[in-house]
Amino acid sequence: MNAANFLQYIASGTAYTLGVTLIALPLGLLIGLVLALVYVYGGKAGSRSMQAYSIVLRGIPPIVLLFILYFVVSGAINLSPFTAGALALGIVSSAYQMEIIRGAILSVDAGQMMAARAVGLSRLEAIRSVVLPQAFRHAIAPWSNEVAIVIKDSSLVYALGVPEVLRRAQLIGASNQNYLLAYGAAATIYFILVWLANKSLVGLEKRLAIPGSH
Amino acid sequence: MNAVLEILKRFWPDLLAGAGVTLELTLVGLIGGFVLGLALALGRVFGPAWLQKLSNAYVSVFRGTPLLVQLFIIYYGLPSLGLVMDQRMAAYLALGLNSAAYQAEYLRGSLQAIGDTQMMAGRAVGLSKWQTIRFVVLPQALRLVLPSWSNEPIALLKTTAVVFLIAVQDLMAQAKRAATTTYDPISSYIAAALIYLAMVLMLALIFGYLEKKARIPGMEMEKQAY
Amino acid sequence: MDEAILKIRQLRKHYGENLIFHDIDLDVAEGETIVIIGPSGTGKSTLLRCINLLTHADGGEIWLDGQRINAPGVDEDLVRQQIGMVFQNFLLFNHLTALENVKLGLTKVKKMKDAQATQKALSELQRVGLADRAHHYPGQLSGGQQQRVGIARALAMDPRIMLFDEPTSALDPELIGEVLGVMRQLAEEGMTMLCVTHEMGFAREVADKIVFMEKGSIVEQGSPEDLMYRPEHPRTREFLWKITELYGQQQEGAAADSFEAEPAWKPNEDEV
Repeated sequence: MNAANFLQYIASGTAYTLGVTLIALPLGLLIGLVLALVYVYGGKAGSRSMQAYSIVLRGIPPIVLLFILYFVVSGAINLSPFTAGALALGIVSSAYQMEIIRGAILSVDAGQMMAARAVGLSRLEAIRSVVLPQAFRHAIAPWSNEVAIVIKDSSLVYALGVPEVLRRAQLIGASNQNYLLAYGAAATIYFILVWLANKSLVGLEKRLAIPGSH
Repeated sequence: MNAVLEILKRFWPDLLAGAGVTLELTLVGLIGGFVLGLALALGRVFGPAWLQKLSNAYVSVFRGTPLLVQLFIIYYGLPSLGLVMDQRMAAYLALGLNSAAYQAEYLRGSLQAIGDTQMMAGRAVGLSKWQTIRFVVLPQALRLVLPSWSNEPIALLKTTAVVFLIAVQDLMAQAKRAATTTYDPISSYIAAALIYLAMVLMLALIFGYLEKKARIPGMEMEKQAY
Repeated sequence: MDEAILKIRQLRKHYGENLIFHDIDLDVAEGETIVIIGPSGTGKSTLLRCINLLTHADGGEIWLDGQRINAPGVDEDLVRQQIGMVFQNFLLFNHLTALENVKLGLTKVKKMKDAQATQKALSELQRVGLADRAHHYPGQLSGGQQQRVGIARALAMDPRIMLFDEPTSALDPELIGEVLGVMRQLAEEGMTMLCVTHEMGFAREVADKIVFMEKGSIVEQGSPEDLMYRPEHPRTREFLWKITELYGQQQEGAAADSFEAEPAWKPNEDEV
């Protein structure tokens, strides 16, 4: 097998890697956002329950959660390992994203909420129009870190047999007895994906920066 | 969750042994990672330009690729270069090299926070660069870094969970064995999850305590979540 | 005498063990400007925040235009539309331009159409002299400019009464004048105002009534002439003397139209 086919085979796994990432991240964001609001604005019950959620989902290795959720989900509905794996990673990520968003909300000065209420905005409207837009900007940097983590964790679905980059590298490395090149190529692909993600998010942060802020 | 308790009761010696391996992997990775990470951080902050670049590149590569891939390269790939090692050794190496990159970042942060001004003060008193680093900068930097660094032992513990994929007999490997024996993967892995959680909470308590003792009043660095 | 717009009866507030203020009785008539003075930490700011229900008082009544606003079941957001507040730290919405800051209440709360809201917001910014900074962000404005935007933001809601919580305390000295100028203009236009401030010159020249609060209660109130030159209470006298000692030097170069009568309340030798 020539080098081009070799590399192409591995690279085609990128579709699966990206697929998992692009399902897990938004899912984690959606759940994380809702839960972060519960955490910050949900009173004692809200913060206590969310703390528990955070501790459990962040205290257990992602691969363990991946396996548990995969077996639970595929026991109930018939999902491919790809979908089940992506959903599971999304749930794992939601706990980390919840913490990021919570941190970002808390970093918005309490006075902003007070000023918004003083003008007559309801609590909900104040959160929507004043707190969240500012929290969003504070969240971009830590969130770009989470994006990198999800891209890397997508390699875990290897264990579920999903034909993503790492699995393909293994298969072709085995058949060609050249594991070094195969896994090296896989590493390079991940590296590029992470690098691209970081670059675009740093660019985004610059573009969204509020003029006059430091 | 009776099934989970059943599994814990039935397999506890093996699960415990597995947990022991997990802790051992964490410890080795942590210490190895610290030594290398400190060297990298010192090189990055106080070293010549070429060393700074090298250090940055190392950190970029090891933080920019998944541990699982690094593990596979070391265990399956290095033999073709003549470097053969058993699973345990490969795991130690991968975890150490990986953790070093993350620890280097934490240490770089605190060295930079302390570095310039304290270096000036040390040199002004007549100490050499290396002496200043050893007696002035490091003692402060190491205490300052503790809150954010204490994320690393916990992160590393969780990271070790993938090494069962090259047949290292850690907690996950034992859980997998229980799963195939009982045909109850959910309960088996939940049992493992509980044990991991217990270990993580234990580490959190230990490092919370150490943090408090090491705090220099008036000097605190923000604890980074990552 | 006009019917009071704002009536406060026996208002009381504590945080845990600490009594912040008590027995507060105050009337503010339409068009009046009332200034509250007193040592820091006497609960003056908390009092203001209780009036617009940002904080809840523990006892007593607050009446706005004949309706009790601190009763349970009252729509607090609706109440806050009628009370404007200006903060010591400006608290402008950092992510919005000056214009957007002023517009936010109009579009989200009063549900105005965008064009209408923009027009109203621009006219309020004009009123405080900042129409040309409409598209600047708070980070691009000086402290005095930010505070004036804060005033415009509160005015845009057409409130019945404006509350000012130490509006110039966070400003560099040379910026204080532009804010006090706007406040004075508002008072002359007939706005009902309740101000907590240390600016004694402003109090003396603009206030209809000055209230002296200390240790959580009202010690004395009266017209500027009565309170500042013929205070009845020894504590009032003591406070005013301390203030003039601090501010006395600054009064030396005061504008020509404010009079510099020698205060008649210097403490006697045997009192100090």
